[in-house]
Amino acid sequence: MIKTFKRGGVHPHENKISQNAALEQLLPEGIVRIFISQHIGAPAECIVAKGDKVKVGQLIAKANGFVSVNVHSSVSGTVLGMEDVADYQGIKKPAICIQVEGDEWDENIDRSSEINRDLSKSAEEILAKITEAGLVGLGGATFPTHVKLAVPKGKTAKAIIINGAECEPYLTSDHRVMLEKGEELLIGVQLLKKTVNVDKAYIGIETNKQDAIDNLTKLSANYSGIEIVPLVPKYPQGGEKQLIKSITGLEVPDRALPIETGCIVSNICTTFAVYEAVQKNKPLFENSVTITGKNLKVQKNFIVRVGTPLSQLINAIGGFPENTGKVISGGPMMGRAISNLDAPTLKGSGAVLFITKDEAKRGVKSNCIRCSKCVAACPMGLQPFLLYKLAELNMLEDLKEHAVHACIECGCCLYTCPANLPLVDYIRLGKTRAMKLIVKPK
Amino acid sequence: MDSIILTTVIMLGVLAATLAVVLFVVAQKFKVIEDARIGETENTLPGANCGGCGYTGCRAFAEALVKADDISNMFCPVGGNATMSKVAEVLGKTVEVKESLVAVVRCSGSCENRPRVNEFDGAVSCSVMAATYSGDTDCSFGCFGKGDCVPVCNFDAISINKETLLPEVDENKCTACGACVKACPKFIIELRKKGIKSRRIYVSCMNKDKGAIARKACKTACIGCAICRKNCEFDAITIENFLAYIDADKCRLCRKCVDVCPQKSIIELNFPPRKPRIETQEIKAAGTVNTEVITN
Repeated sequence: MIKTFKRGGVHPHENKISQNAALEQLLPEGIVRIFISQHIGAPAECIVAKGDKVKVGQLIAKANGFVSVNVHSSVSGTVLGMEDVADYQGIKKPAICIQVEGDEWDENIDRSSEINRDLSKSAEEILAKITEAGLVGLGGATFPTHVKLAVPKGKTAKAIIINGAECEPYLTSDHRVMLEKGEELLIGVQLLKKTVNVDKAYIGIETNKQDAIDNLTKLSANYSGIEIVPLVPKYPQGGEKQLIKSITGLEVPDRALPIETGCIVSNICTTFAVYEAVQKNKPLFENSVTITGKNLKVQKNFIVRVGTPLSQLINAIGGFPENTGKVISGGPMMGRAISNLDAPTLKGSGAVLFITKDEAKRGVKSNCIRCSKCVAACPMGLQPFLLYKLAELNMLEDLKEHAVHACIECGCCLYTCPANLPLVDYIRLGKTRAMKLIVKPK
Repeated sequence: MDSIILTTVIMLGVLAATLAVVLFVVAQKFKVIEDARIGETENTLPGANCGGCGYTGCRAFAEALVKADDISNMFCPVGGNATMSKVAEVLGKTVEVKESLVAVVRCSGSCENRPRVNEFDGAVSCSVMAATYSGDTDCSFGCFGKGDCVPVCNFDAISINKETLLPEVDENKCTACGACVKACPKFIIELRKKGIKSRRIYVSCMNKDKGAIARKACKTACIGCAICRKNCEFDAITIENFLAYIDADKCRLCRKCVDVCPQKSIIELNFPPRKPRIETQEIKAAGTVNTEVITN
């Protein structure tokens, strides 16, 4: 029987229209702007000055503490200095600006296309390489990978789970990596297994990507301890807790990390980046990005350097498409609308999605009729209609009591709501407030 | 038959007497002696329960007033000085006379001044919008106009102008309780001194961007040019992060800054219409109080 998780979840139209577009390299032109904070944790510290010449892959900002990551230059050229740059949401953050001149790589990076199958490195060496390369979780949360792989004392990891679910509609970049970089991916999995000292790895892939399942099953015959697990297509299967439930049947306890179940989850692109960092000495400065939308003439899966202006990506698909209602960074379910089309891309940008005017329209809001569709759809077993009301009334104590912290903001409730209530908008606000995360600006 | 009635009456009578004794003993034992002044003080308070004093309601404030030795730092913004002097009378404590405040909205980014560059279709709430992104204009500091400040006002003093999409404060109704100040996620509402005859001058902008960027985003944005500071004779204006701020304690309401501001981002309220120069001088010669204020 094909596995999946039981509680909640929805299955929107898949719309994977860009799945046949092979990965293409997109080189940036002009000025790239690289944020010094592209991860969860403390911002990195800039170590280059105005006028410095940098090469591709050179360290330009150093990690500031344990929960922080290194940032590398994605281009070769001259540093123009630090500046406050508006991100996708128009919020200004410090970034290092570099004028692109040619494409000269750091000498230590192995640029050959040959696959390096050498697995002799020790766990410490691998972890050191990962830390040095500035790896973050590329599934969207951008949590530092070296922190995730550091198993807390008293806990033991039993298995690595690789997230190839790609349950969000439209997104196909993980799919393309699984098809085109299958062998590299499996070496990455072996490296991860070695780092956390486990024998077993599962790669969960939804059955709507049958070619990826076939490809990896064939390749994994040469590697021990890797099991490909086909999964029923269902959103949000790519959520860490849902994926563990789907594959192992174990439930991550409330307020606990996945390590409680002995599992460590890693994304496909992150695993591929692990391979590149360890075997090819290549830091994380480029990432696969899906550019898709029903109104686009061409569907693309680009490999994009970090800091490339979004406008350049749009030019590469033949200009801003007509009849666009909304541009979204990420998938339609969890992605966030982009208000600034000049913003540079980040390490964690996985997709740019164009939504037509008809699709973008929100339904007319009406009253909650207590149909409890949202309760049935919530994969975390919460009561979205109640959390929504409590958040609207700013009743923080009650929100805390009703476990607002467990919300993964997947949007299943909003997707099913017949009254079109802005459930996630308010729950997200209530969650931030209840967690006392909103800091008053000085 | 008679005996049943008699027995019932006696039984109930005995029961009632016993319970009365029990209740009396309990009442004596657990008697709460409340300071009578709390009730008296509460009666002098407005009873709006708005929380503007910093306590949960008028009763809690009354309790705190009775308890505290020094009440000079405690103030009921709704009742103002009149209420506080009554409270002082009841409690036999002293209060300081405080200048009354009023809420001012420090943003002039109306639809006309500040073009909308995108459309927000999420929940109609400034807080949700602020948590999502920088806003539907190029100015990331200004008013969102979704009206989070309106429902929190207990006195119906603030409303969103449908044309400008900016909140407007009715100063006759505003009690300076501060509810709107807390509700605004962009921190653009400030409680300022009401001023003599309600006359006020303030910088109606919160944009901390560099001048060129601010100007591009909004026609009335403060660009931090410092002309107002140069022209101010009383050192009332400070400029930080390309944004001017007028200290209401130092400002003498001369209105020079209003005249020189190239962006018209300094606002004057409730002043009489300007008179031609000559007239002003004549009045100055006559030496009335008003002219002193104007020509200073």
